[in-house]
Amino acid sequence: MLKIENLTVDHGAIRALHGVSFNVELGQLAAVIGANGAGKTTLLRTLSGLNKASEGQAHWSNHNILHSKPEKLVRHGISHVSEGKSVIPELTVSENLELGSLWRRNRKESAQSKKEVLELFPRLGERLSQRADTLSGGERQMLAIGRSIMSKPNLLLLDEPSLGLAPLVIEQIFQAIRDLTTAKGLTVILVEQNAIGALKIADIGIVLNLGSIAATGSAAALKDDPAVRAAYLGF
Amino acid sequence: MFEFFNTLLIGVTAGSIYSLMAISIVLVWRSTRVVNFAAGGLALASSFVGAAILEKTGSFWIALPLAMVVGAAFSAFLEYFFLRPLLKRSGDKGAEIFLPIIATLGLLGIIKTILNFIYGDRIGSLPPPLSDKGFIVSGESIALSPMRVLILGIVLLLMISLTLIFQRTNLGLSLRASSFAPEISRLSGIRVDLIRTIGWAISGAAGATAGILQTTNGSGSVSPESFEFSLLLVFGFVAAVIGGIESLVGAVLGGLTLGIILAFILMYVGGSLVFFAAFMILILVLLLRPQGIIGAKGGRRA
Amino acid sequence: MAAVHNRHVTNKHRFVGFVLIGLAVYILSNVVDEWKAFQGATIAVYAVAIASVILLTGYSGQISLGHGALLAIGAYTAALTQIYLHLPVWLCFVTAVLTTSIFGAILGWAAARLSGPYLAGTTLALAVGLPSIANQFSFLGGEQGISFDAGWPPLSFGETFTQYKWFFWITSLTALIMMWWIQNVLRSRYGRTWRAVKTNEVAAELAGIHVGRSKVLAFTVSAGIAGMAGALLATTVNNVSPSAFPLALSFAIATGAVLSGVNTLGGVMIGAVALVAIPEIASLVSNRWSGSERVATLLPDFIVSALLILTVFLAPKGPIEKFRSRHVK
Repeated sequence: MLKIENLTVDHGAIRALHGVSFNVELGQLAAVIGANGAGKTTLLRTLSGLNKASEGQAHWSNHNILHSKPEKLVRHGISHVSEGKSVIPELTVSENLELGSLWRRNRKESAQSKKEVLELFPRLGERLSQRADTLSGGERQMLAIGRSIMSKPNLLLLDEPSLGLAPLVIEQIFQAIRDLTTAKGLTVILVEQNAIGALKIADIGIVLNLGSIAATGSAAALKDDPAVRAAYLGF
Repeated sequence: MFEFFNTLLIGVTAGSIYSLMAISIVLVWRSTRVVNFAAGGLALASSFVGAAILEKTGSFWIALPLAMVVGAAFSAFLEYFFLRPLLKRSGDKGAEIFLPIIATLGLLGIIKTILNFIYGDRIGSLPPPLSDKGFIVSGESIALSPMRVLILGIVLLLMISLTLIFQRTNLGLSLRASSFAPEISRLSGIRVDLIRTIGWAISGAAGATAGILQTTNGSGSVSPESFEFSLLLVFGFVAAVIGGIESLVGAVLGGLTLGIILAFILMYVGGSLVFFAAFMILILVLLLRPQGIIGAKGGRRA
Repeated sequence: MAAVHNRHVTNKHRFVGFVLIGLAVYILSNVVDEWKAFQGATIAVYAVAIASVILLTGYSGQISLGHGALLAIGAYTAALTQIYLHLPVWLCFVTAVLTTSIFGAILGWAAARLSGPYLAGTTLALAVGLPSIANQFSFLGGEQGISFDAGWPPLSFGETFTQYKWFFWITSLTALIMMWWIQNVLRSRYGRTWRAVKTNEVAAELAGIHVGRSKVLAFTVSAGIAGMAGALLATTVNNVSPSAFPLALSFAIATGAVLSGVNTLGGVMIGAVALVAIPEIASLVSNRWSGSERVATLLPDFIVSALLILTVFLAPKGPIEKFRSRHVK
């Protein structure tokens, strides 16, 4: 289980997260939504070790995950796909994927992971030897997610995977993310601006506003709650 | 015709040594975005060690690899104890590149004075292990000597090894990924700090080789105020910049270009203008391509 | 805090400050011996040279490892105009400044698109490449070099007025005047423009600043100042030759700039004095303690390099800024 208590994160003089607390059960897909600047990205970055927390606690499977280097957390099963271009354009698709499994010792298992990724995203299989900067936006996102799966994660942190993508592609990717949770049992935290889409595939939802939690609950309940819809979903 | 060929050969040999030095500088630049002037000092120190080992064992073939190891170790040491704290403190806009460069300049000075202190007026001797008398072709001695062949061979071997390491191994993938995108690499579980140290170590080994080859190709002796080492430092850096400081292939091209053109100028124009010629070559290349022959436009984000 | 402080320090205050410094130098010149007068002149030369780097790197953000070459141009120009055109000394200075400025403009134009390591490499190549030209051409004096004679003090100054004191006067006065002028330039809109470009080129462009022109201007002015430093160097040493402008000179000037705090002009004397005083102090120390010749020659370089590294680590913005920020807190 992911247990977050009173998490507080500062960017210099600005407080980005104010005492955020929530839990995510194993195998759940949690959607974290909210307006720009709400602290969603900061949350993920703190969980993956890129940002330092000022106060609070966070535990994943009873490990304290705060104040560790990102490289180390990967070995504890945490994999973070950061927003924007999370692929390395100068490397090939194959190399980008392999990057995720470099830290693993077992070659057989890594090869198995690669097979699974290519089953999930067949498009990547067609472009293995191409440089990553020749891929379309949707393919890059698939590659980024694929790479994170190669790290053999049990907690997946996804930051706005739908950003800048066409609706059809978004559907594909969201479906793939849902499959990861249902079929593989991964725990996923999905940060999104595309709130409806995220809540549709999620089990639970967390609404952030200006660094604090504004609402939590089952995704279905949040999606239909008029107050939440008006304030944070825009209609 | 003969002279042309000879000059070309001399240029290629000298140029390949500059390429090695340039590779050393490019490796450090790519992994830490710092121009490492101290690389010249490290090459010097490693060469002294090489000379000492040669004295003890009498074998060049033991001295060279050991000196490379020493160079790698020195360089890794520098990265860990000197560069990491330095990088933590910079990040000030505008002075970003100036301060680390100046710091490595200071480091160069310290290395030189320490070497001067230890070795003083003693000279390290690195005579060429193979004959440097040219082969006889059609009754004339050409510039190709066994020693030259050795130098070219060593440089070629190193470059092939480096290419293989970078392109075919997991370490190489880690090195490339860490220099292109350190954050993504960390999130993929790569120990970027360790990789950076390894990058510096490789750089040190390349520099040590360049230093030793430069000595054996030249006067055969190492001294702290050695002119050859100033040459190596300056031309190595210029070669790296000509090639586009982001690229290893560029470093090789830059070094060869510089070496060949300078050899011709030395032969047909005169010795004193060699440095000025280097400057002109550099400025001309950069006028046409401000990012160097192979450099990436707009630079890469660290 | 700093802004409020400045409003109380008007231009008139600064002018008075400069006059006072001038007075102090005058008094000093009357009490020191020949050697110290020579050192004083050298300090003045370094101060001007360091100021030129502060302008180019600290304000305009363009790195230069090759200012030694610019000094060489100034020095050679001064000497050549004296030898071939028989111009009076002060006119030689002027031509030195103008010539070096023109060269600076050309160099600045060529370098405007370069940044970071590319610029460093170019200036480094310049530092090594330019002075060696003189070896090739005999009218430039070859290896021996050519001489520059700043003349003798007027007879009216009296018999005890030595030539080195004369040099000290010339260089200090020129340096003071230059500093005054440089300070005004840096505080003018040109200085502000340079700072703006250094901080964020894109933003500056959007604000209507012509970035390329600004950079070239910085190079031109910096070169002119360096040319003056070169002419002053020629005055002090009486002779210009390639060996007076090795790569080490460019490094020393850059070092002096860092020691002074490359971002503001205020600390320029720190670097200049350090460059001259350290060898002096080092030889005193080593004579006291070890008596080893070798240590004596090596210690200055070691101390300077160590100081450089310490400054970069402890006071990257320069000792003055560090001092200020301590007090403001």
